[in-house]
Amino acid sequence: MLNPINNLNKLFDSRVRLGIMSILMVNDNVNFNDLKELLEITDGNLASHLKALEENNIIKVEKGFIGRKTNTTYIITKSGEKEFKLHIAALEKMIKTTK
Amino acid sequence: MNNQQQSLEDLHHIKKMMERSSRFISLSGLSGICAGLCALIGAWVAHPYVFGQKDFVINGKKYFEDDYTFILNTYLFWIAIATFVSAFVSAFFFTWLKSKKDGMPIWGNTAKRLMINVSIPLIVGSLFLFRMMHFGTFGLIAPGCLIFYGLGLINASKYTLIEIRYLGYIQIIIGIINLWLVGYGLYFWAIGFGVMHIFYGVYMWIKYERK
Repeated sequence: MLNPINNLNKLFDSRVRLGIMSILMVNDNVNFNDLKELLEITDGNLASHLKALEENNIIKVEKGFIGRKTNTTYIITKSGEKEFKLHIAALEKMIKTTK
Repeated sequence: MNNQQQSLEDLHHIKKMMERSSRFISLSGLSGICAGLCALIGAWVAHPYVFGQKDFVINGKKYFEDDYTFILNTYLFWIAIATFVSAFVSAFFFTWLKSKKDGMPIWGNTAKRLMINVSIPLIVGSLFLFRMMHFGTFGLIAPGCLIFYGLGLINASKYTLIEIRYLGYIQIIIGIINLWLVGYGLYFWAIGFGVMHIFYGVYMWIKYERK
């Protein structure tokens, strides 16, 4: 039998990234400030995690405007959604197999 | 901490963040109880006017049938407004307290979505009932209020604690029964908006807020 740990994605190996992914799974697009408020972390911390996820094509960045102010929103990509679902399934398996 | 515990905690965290970001979870049970009490007081005050023991027209003035301002000159209209405002304000107060305790913004995205979705059936319903009053079908106002309010709650349940959906179903059922028992509207209204709100509030308070 395959070890479920193999399916755990290293990319989601942090509470902040799990949080970002969870939020983006259930919301169409979320802006930086809302993410910051929900996760209760600093700008720099959030930005670095977002960048890592973006570089791995897990999330997409969209820059728009609200009036004159820039509004950066984040969206989960198709492959990101797939990866995260696999990760959740692997987590669930871990609980079941070790019982 | 072993792998199993770690996985379990990760899953809890995922669930928590999904709910926190998509649902307004600070709705307090105490809000329901207060809104219910306001409704019962309102129904009690309105009772003698509805059943003709007191004249419900202020100053006993006579109006033409198609005069829109007529409604503004009835005690019942002002009792309804006072009931709605006091229920809304007291409900808002306890939810505001709870959102402060939870560290959630009272006017965040989730609260906005909740308000918009509960408002659509309520605004449509009030316009509909307003026109019905104009045509003199007063007997359908109480069931109409209950049915449209129930639809509003069901519509909103995607954006807040899921139990509110069942409160919505109950309001609709009470409203529909009332459609065939026209004339007892005030009693149905008091059961739906008063008693059911209190039941719901107590249930939610015990489930989520009692220490």
